[in-house]
Amino acid sequence: MTMTPNGYDLDTTGRRIVVDPVTRIEGHMRCEVNVDDEGVIRNAVSTGTMWRGLEVILKGRDPRDAWAFTERICGVCTGTHALTSVRAVEDALGITIPDNANSIRNIMQLNLQVHDHIVHFYHLHALDWVNPVNALRADPKATSELQQAVSPSHPLSSPGYFRDVQNRLRKFVESGQLGLFKNGYWDNPAYKLPPEADLMATTHYLEALDLQKEIVKVHTIFGGKNPHPNWLVGGVPCPINVHSTGAVGAINMERLNMVSSIIDLCNEFNRNVYLPDVIAIGGFYKGWLHGGGLSSKSVLAYGDIPEHPNDFSPGQLYLPRGAIINGNLGEVHDVDVRDPEQVQEFVDHSWYEYGTPGQGLHPWDGVTEPRFELGPNLKGTRTNIKQIDEAAKYSWIKAPRWRGHAMEVGPLARYVVGYAKGHEDIRNQVDGLLRALDVPFDAVFSTLGRTAARALESEYCGRLQKYFFDKLVQNIKNGDESTANIAKWDPSTWPREAKGVGMTEAPRGALGHWIKVKDGRIENYQCVVPTTWNGSPRDTAGNIGAFEASLMNTPMERPDEPVEILRTLHSFDPCLACSTHVMSPEGAELTTVKVR
Amino acid sequence: MPPRVLILGIGNVLWADEGFGVRCVERLAARWSFPDCVTLLDGGTQGLYLLPFLEDADRLIVFDAVDYGLAPGMLKIVEDDAVPAFMGARKMSLHQTGFQDVIATAQLMGYCPERLLLIGCQPEELEDYGGGLRDVVAARIDPAIAVALERLRGWGIEARAGQGDERLLADAAIRQDAYEAGRPSEEAACRVGDARFLPGRG
Repeated sequence: MTMTPNGYDLDTTGRRIVVDPVTRIEGHMRCEVNVDDEGVIRNAVSTGTMWRGLEVILKGRDPRDAWAFTERICGVCTGTHALTSVRAVEDALGITIPDNANSIRNIMQLNLQVHDHIVHFYHLHALDWVNPVNALRADPKATSELQQAVSPSHPLSSPGYFRDVQNRLRKFVESGQLGLFKNGYWDNPAYKLPPEADLMATTHYLEALDLQKEIVKVHTIFGGKNPHPNWLVGGVPCPINVHSTGAVGAINMERLNMVSSIIDLCNEFNRNVYLPDVIAIGGFYKGWLHGGGLSSKSVLAYGDIPEHPNDFSPGQLYLPRGAIINGNLGEVHDVDVRDPEQVQEFVDHSWYEYGTPGQGLHPWDGVTEPRFELGPNLKGTRTNIKQIDEAAKYSWIKAPRWRGHAMEVGPLARYVVGYAKGHEDIRNQVDGLLRALDVPFDAVFSTLGRTAARALESEYCGRLQKYFFDKLVQNIKNGDESTANIAKWDPSTWPREAKGVGMTEAPRGALGHWIKVKDGRIENYQCVVPTTWNGSPRDTAGNIGAFEASLMNTPMERPDEPVEILRTLHSFDPCLACSTHVMSPEGAELTTVKVR
Repeated sequence: MPPRVLILGIGNVLWADEGFGVRCVERLAARWSFPDCVTLLDGGTQGLYLLPFLEDADRLIVFDAVDYGLAPGMLKIVEDDAVPAFMGARKMSLHQTGFQDVIATAQLMGYCPERLLLIGCQPEELEDYGGGLRDVVAARIDPAIAVALERLRGWGIEARAGQGDERLLADAAIRQDAYEAGRPSEEAACRVGDARFLPGRG
């Protein structure tokens, strides 16, 4: 038994369970745990099985183009990486953006939060709580009554509506196209919902599919296209011309009205469907409050959504900034991402090398030098690993730490920081949810808490979209149509050497890009993405990362069916594609679960 | 009314031959223009974001690098019901929600295009981050485009020589020429991936 500095007893004597790959996430990840005789997880090992090398392919490129590359590293949050990138370049070169650009960027970022949270909950995470096969057994009339009880204002609630959806589902399942719902452990007792709740939630899975198509049109309008919207160092690439009718690409009243109606759709769905679902589903699972991990100990948020352009001081951000360590919610530390002593990445347990063991490097001085080597206690071979040796290097993810502490990032981290800082909106939302579920504050520190925080944040971000939309329209009415500052577009206006940092709160958590520019070209570029924080392996001191911590002490109903592991890992909305790189032997898309 | 056709290139341009599909639509747009019923789209590695485009299409042509275990550079044409199964066989998918799931979702929602044509190319090299297309794969872009043009003709849609619609394609900074020409040297930027999955290099 080993006690980690961050307070976890690791016991590797029990049976080892390997889940590889973890499905319904972005990218590739492997997880190994040891369970004791009672089926309780007593050791957890999270391995990013893809190599990450974005940094190295940007060397020598034009910094004004970096956003277009960073947009390609992820299949989900393209826009967030692009925003972080242009912020980093603007910071390095001292470029300020106009007020309209700030509002438009905020709307796009908030829109992405809402889109990502809804898609995550309904399409990547709901199936960890909801059983679509069980939904076939539901009584449509009882489902209708349940719907009207949990959300009286949602218009789609008739028995006929649920009967139609149920028939559609049945047809889909019976045609052998279980497709989207394959690989489920549908008879596992870890599923707690009655059939009617399963049918209601599965119906919303379909409603959310339709809705998400509409939500992203905001990115098409402001970014010119989606997927892969356009971004611009110095502002946003869309001109504003409210008097035009058909000018290509220009933002006119017609387009603004479209944005406004999409924002209304988001807010209606959050209010009528998403939040009521989380409360209804949460009610059946409030006895299952595992998975809190580091959320009650150490959380980190960079903050985002500045009121004014170019002002990232903590009092001016709608999504809060701060760090909490050792569970002391009474003290929220400010975070300075430029300070070489604060954010550092360690690689003692990662497949990289720095030269000096035990060294932590600030991202501006970051090095991405791969070194793949396996520990002496590995079981299997290099090409067929049966069991990883976590005492050695064991992941393609680096281990970022804040002042040496392993941190959780993401919606729950943001909400814990916000709550501790007395952020009024966040406090009201959290207190209201706790009352609705009739659970104490500590329930926040759980898998369910992570999932609920995301829903609350979707609702909050939806409202903020409206705020910044109104602000944008008012500013345009006041005669300001400026969307970009191109005074420093030409590299001849740049200093010979410069460095900068861009920060955002991505849907998955704190995201930073650190850039060094020399002679007009990128000299060094480092991304520390949310899943690098959450999915990090152990560090030099032996602290386990957020994924690992979240699995500790969770009882499993059936150790060969990793429902609980997937549920908790999915609650982070892991996005391994940008934190690492791909590998998939023989194209195996099916998860294998091995118990040893 | 001519059928509405979506011509989609998918894959990750940052992973060598994975970029085949995206490069195909780029070249298609550079050389050919189409009537308004045809939409050219760089789908990248996006999943659900592609649904609205599928909903607005009667027929779908997809270019992609797919592993069929053939000789590198060989084209494989797959149609209609066979398409999802072949997409599922792809060796590299940056997505767990890959394109197979996008099609399944469109089917579930009742708006999957009625005709599907997958023009796949067997990649030679995928494990080269930041790399471009290998010669043997790059040489198959024109033949792949020819397959698409012929099929479009069969559907009553004629392409005209000349610059086409590039609005839904990649930013100029990562189009094939700029991307491949601007690559840092091997000394400056390590290119190898995970040794376990680089046969012969481990």
